[in-house]
Order: sequence, then C-alpha cells, then structure tokens
Amino acid sequence: MEYTLKEMMAITAAREIKNEDIVFCGTGISMLAAMAAKNINAPESVIFFETGAIDSKLEEIPLAVGDPRVMYHTSANGGLLDSFATMQNAITGKHVVGILGAAQVDKFGNLNSTVIGDYNSPKIRFSGSGGGCDVASFVPRSIIFMQHEKRKFVNKLDYLTSPGYLDGPDGRKNAGLIPGGPEMVITNMGVMRFDDTTKEMYLAACYPGITPQEILEKMEFSVDISRADEATPPTQEELTLLREKCDHQRLILG
Amino acid sequence: MDLTTAVGTYVKDGCHLSLGGFTINRNPMAAVYEIIRQKVKNIHLYAHSNGQGVDELIGGSCVSHLEIAYGGNGKFASTCIRFRKAVEENLIQVEDYTNYQMTLRFLAGAMGIPFLPCRSSLGTDIINKWGFSDEMRKKSDKLPNEKLTVMDNPFSGWLDTEKVVLVPAIQPDVTIVHVQKADPRGNCRIQGLTFADAEQAKAAKHLIVTCEELCDNDQLKTDSDQNQIPFIHVDAVVHVPHGAYPTACYHHYDYDPQYLKAYGQKATDDTAHGAYLEEMIYGCPTHDDLIAKAGPEHMAAIAADPQTGYARNLDRK
Repeated sequence: MEYTLKEMMAITAAREIKNEDIVFCGTGISMLAAMAAKNINAPESVIFFETGAIDSKLEEIPLAVGDPRVMYHTSANGGLLDSFATMQNAITGKHVVGILGAAQVDKFGNLNSTVIGDYNSPKIRFSGSGGGCDVASFVPRSIIFMQHEKRKFVNKLDYLTSPGYLDGPDGRKNAGLIPGGPEMVITNMGVMRFDDTTKEMYLAACYPGITPQEILEKMEFSVDISRADEATPPTQEELTLLREKCDHQRLILG
Repeated sequence: MDLTTAVGTYVKDGCHLSLGGFTINRNPMAAVYEIIRQKVKNIHLYAHSNGQGVDELIGGSCVSHLEIAYGGNGKFASTCIRFRKAVEENLIQVEDYTNYQMTLRFLAGAMGIPFLPCRSSLGTDIINKWGFSDEMRKKSDKLPNEKLTVMDNPFSGWLDTEKVVLVPAIQPDVTIVHVQKADPRGNCRIQGLTFADAEQAKAAKHLIVTCEELCDNDQLKTDSDQNQIPFIHVDAVVHVPHGAYPTACYHHYDYDPQYLKAYGQKATDDTAHGAYLEEMIYGCPTHDDLIAKAGPEHMAAIAADPQTGYARNLDRK
C-alpha cells in the first residue's frame, strides 16, 4: 500500500488517542493527528486549542491555532486563560494529551523550541515556547513529533523550553512539576518510548524498511534497541479517512 | 478620532506597547501599519503569540525590546521571519515566557497586583535564562527587578503543590485591539475567541480600539453580556473596516493566504522586504488604500461565510 511518512506519523499518533482524551494540538501534523483520531478511532475525543476553543468542528484543517476555523461549532469559545486553566486544573488536566514538536529533544524527552547557540546571542532563533512549555508542565501525557536527525536528538539541549523528565526519574518531582511526561516520540523513521524505571528514551518500533542501526545513526545519543519491533503501517481505511475527512485540500499532507 | 491621530497621540518612541490578536487572527494590522508609517522607534513590545503584527512591527524597525511567548505564524512561518532575523543579528533584545505566563502577566496588570502564580516552566530555561540584564532592569522604572521567581507554596502542600512560579504584572503604556463591534464611547464586542485581548486591554494605561463596525451607543447596551471591554478602559475608538487585514476577523473575513505567503517570501530578503515596505505600507497612506490595492474581487474571496465565520473552500495553498 502506498503511503507517505507524514501519513504514517499522523496515523501512528492517532492510534494512541482514546475516546476519553482531550487532545491539545498545535499547528501542522499535530492537528492532523488529532483530526485523524476523531475521524477514525476515537470519535468521542475532544479537540482542544490553547487559544480557548474547545471541541471545534473542523470542516477544514486550520493553518494555525488562531485560525478562525477552530472557532466554528465549539462547546465554548474562551481565551488563553480558560485553556491553560483547563490543563493546569488537575481535574480536567488529567484527561489532556498534549501533542508537541520541537527543534531538539534529549534522552529524557525535554524539548528545545527556542534557540540554537547562546540564548542572548543565538545562532538560530526559533518561535519559542508558545503554550508548549505550559502543556508539558501541566498534563500527564504527551506525544512528541520530531524529524530523525543527529542535530535534533542531542546529548544536551541548547535551551530547555519544555520539560520532559528533566534529569531522570525524580526530575519532575524535584522541580515541583506534576507526575507524567512524554509518552512517545514519533519520527519519520520510527517510534521511541520512555523506560518506566529510568525514564530514558528507547526504540520501540521501526517503520517498515528501516533498521534500528539506521535510526541510531541519526542520533547523537544511543538508546536501547532490544525492544524494537516493526511498526504497523496505516490501513487502507485509515488512509482513506485521513485523506478525505481530515485534509482533503492536502494543506498539511502536501 | 482617526487612526493617524490615535497612534500619534498614544504610541510614542520608547513606549511599552501590547497588541491584541493571535498569530493570523484579529491582529490590529491597520494600527501596526500606521505605527510603521509614523516611524515610531524603540518600542518595548509585549506579546503572547501575535504573529503577523509583531513581525511587521519588527520589520518596520519600530521595536527594540520584546517580551514574548511565541514568535511564529502557524503554517505561514514556523518562526516569524523578520523576528528571527532581528534576533540573530542582535537588532532587538528578547525575553521568553510561555503563553500562559504572558496572559497571567496581563491579568495581573489588569488586576493591579504585582504578580500571579502558576505551575508552568519549573525546571526549564524559561526560569534560568533571562533576556534582560539586572543593570537594564535597574535602569528602567517600567521593568520589575526579576524576570520571574520560584516560591515554595505558602499553603504547605495545598492542592498537591510544592512550588509555584511567580510572574510579574505588565502594565503597557498602550494596548491596541481590533474588535468586531464598538460604539463611539468604547464599549467593545468581540466575536469568537477573545485570546487575551480583554486582559491586555484592561492592563494598559491607554487603550486604542479599532473596529469593523461602529455601532450606535445604545446597540451594544443590549445583550451586553456579549461585551468584553466596557468603555471606561478606552481612550480612542477608530472605525477601520478590514482593520485586521491581512489577518482574519471572525464572521467578517478570513486571513489572506496569498498576502501572508507573499509577505513570507519578501520578508526573507532585505531588498525585497524594503520594496514591500515602500509599496504596501509607505505607499498606502491609509488602510483603505491597502484594501483598494487588494481589490474588491480579492476581498470578496476572503469574505466570511455567515454560517461558519470563515471563507469556506478558500484557496489556502
């Protein structure tokens, strides 16, 4: 079956989303994954935006979380105070799954989306946290999208924007954060998860045709590959729904 | 009051300014372009995620300092282009917060308290790395002595919380918001998401409102539960149809994908960006001139569908 890596990534994330989840999504593939879950395997899940829109009816894919498309047919149109309170509040926050992306990730799932180089005189400037650090601080589960490249899977982040497990199993507790942290990293080559005890990243699955060795070559740090199996490619039904219901204009799928 | 007078009166060199809206939505663009035309310099800008407005003000050489959470513009710019260039070339000084923190900082300003607590950013470089030095903070009476600070929960362990991050209030000299409806006294009604507009509006020493529709004084006093900003906060109301263009205004018009895409291409190159400023901003003495340049057919294509509030099937490639 023909499918693109983007489709594989979106479907892999969508399968992790359950009916009872409230899905916090950002722009691009993260939104696509949330829409795919809603249209394929978790029709009762709720799509949620940091701008304050909750349970939007997305007839067309938004190109930003501030897109007017997120405001249509919602349960409530509030503002930023509402959305972040929903996540910081442990009663509702525990149902929220964050979907995040970044320029760099380390073995504990901490993310950099701010700068490469010195903070006060950076070589490369990125967008910054937005709501990313808030989500990573507040919610118990998150899914991270990354491109597998050596400069992105690094030993040490140039800037720690959003907390994963910080420096290990007790990192979040010591810092004063709620328990939880990233659940998985979905890349263009495979899926990484985090060890229950050490909270270190390990290779959980390779996409068909990709070897663990090829993935290790695209990372600055080494990870356990002994648990890796082959990822299940998208089914015809998943692909059809993704292409026709989520992004028929192919604005994100390309 | 007209826009030229409103901007001329309140937006001065070196002022502390905040803009309403979010990325490609309801940025007060007519006011942004007027600030650029008036060549206001050294603005200290506060933003959560005001993509297009922030990037254009930076590109117009109006900004020297920026406190921000997100310098991106959705799919149109994963990092805003003039913002990125200005930071990498050390033309502006930036300090990073999160979106929630920036929102709480405006709320604290609106409430008249020095700070508010949150549980965001513990253990991160948002806390460890500061954009503004101690020296700069000491010199300015408009900046708090610290970026933010971490505190043990004084209600020991209450709500399962050990530590909180305290973020300082912002009281901008001026906030500018664009709303769907306002009346001549300044009562405002925003449709769709309000983002942090009401908090930004109420935190400011002066507030300029631009609006799509200028309503009779009595009209907005009906169903006033739909109003977010009462007139007591407002210093100037300016009727500017399409005042958020090229960003969107829910139930009026969509964002203009062609404009934003073309802007993105021109912004990457200094010469092309200079030509953009000449043609689209200095070359259009008023916002009406910019709208006329886009043309009625083009504006009709982005007009909002009455049911959904956006332009259905708009070509956004």
